[in-house]
Amino acid sequence: MDEALKVELGRQGVFATSLQELYNWGRRSSLWPLNFGLACCAIEMIATTMARYDLARFGAEVFRPSPRQADLMIVAGTITKKMAPQVVRLYNQMPEPKYVISMGACAISGGPFKQGYNVLKGIDRYIPVDIYIPGCPPRPEALIEGFMALQRKIDAQQLTGENRPRHLNAAEPSEFIVPKFGAHDLEPTQNPAIWHAPQLVNITLAPDETK
Amino acid sequence: MATHPYLPIVVLLAGAIGFAVAPLALAWIWANKFSPQKPGPDKNAIYECGLETSGEAWVQFKPGYYLYAIIFLVFDVEAVFLLPFATAFSGFGAADCLAMLVFLFLLIAGLLWAYQKNVLTWS
Repeated sequence: MDEALKVELGRQGVFATSLQELYNWGRRSSLWPLNFGLACCAIEMIATTMARYDLARFGAEVFRPSPRQADLMIVAGTITKKMAPQVVRLYNQMPEPKYVISMGACAISGGPFKQGYNVLKGIDRYIPVDIYIPGCPPRPEALIEGFMALQRKIDAQQLTGENRPRHLNAAEPSEFIVPKFGAHDLEPTQNPAIWHAPQLVNITLAPDETK
Repeated sequence: MATHPYLPIVVLLAGAIGFAVAPLALAWIWANKFSPQKPGPDKNAIYECGLETSGEAWVQFKPGYYLYAIIFLVFDVEAVFLLPFATAFSGFGAADCLAMLVFLFLLIAGLLWAYQKNVLTWS
């Protein structure tokens, strides 16, 4: 539907919408996060849900203790390699549509423990992440901003077509590889289907794009 | 106009069934049209959160813990019974006093046993 026409109709007191908009509105207005925290970021997440920051304003106050009832996973904190299989398993058990917010430096990349031997260098090695929130830890305002960014992302999703989200595409998997404990590291060390090591480029050898 | 007296009930019944079935039917149609089902071994697993249990449920405890049980009875349970015993002391008959003394004797025997086993010494 034409956006200008909709605005004009709204001015005349006629509310017009489409099935897709209604669907996205419903999904973004009742995101139920999974009730789990991994480290200090979880304290900020808890503060966000409390009265001062009040995540309930965005329809996300119902933290579910069961993955079967949740559709947003806030990975809040350091993911040790001991914990990574459980996190992936919880993600696998959440029903579609499901979203992941990677909260804080540790969940994004391992953070200050990146060089350590026992910390996963980012949860995006195993599960697809929708929103990254940098910070160590991010303040509740940052989590709310990330949450609103996720809502905007959901709002823009298409019901049909090539760009439709993962959960509407039968070809896209719903479950991802749960890593096992190996002799020295998790096996596999990353899910090759969703994560690729960043390519290091020698900028002195790279072609100059300004010419 | 003469209608069947039960007609309103039939209408209400149809309305009630429609009210209950329509959302389920809409959800079913929606799932078939847009949202494909994606089952999997993890998602269909019975056990959901946390770690699966490992090892046997039949864990053996050391029998030596009975000494802790005796000391607990002597110093904790007995003290609870001694307080009402002390407050009601003057109103006792001979039978009450005897029952209480038997109780005390049993626990004192336990205390002696623990003393003999050297569990009361601070090493």
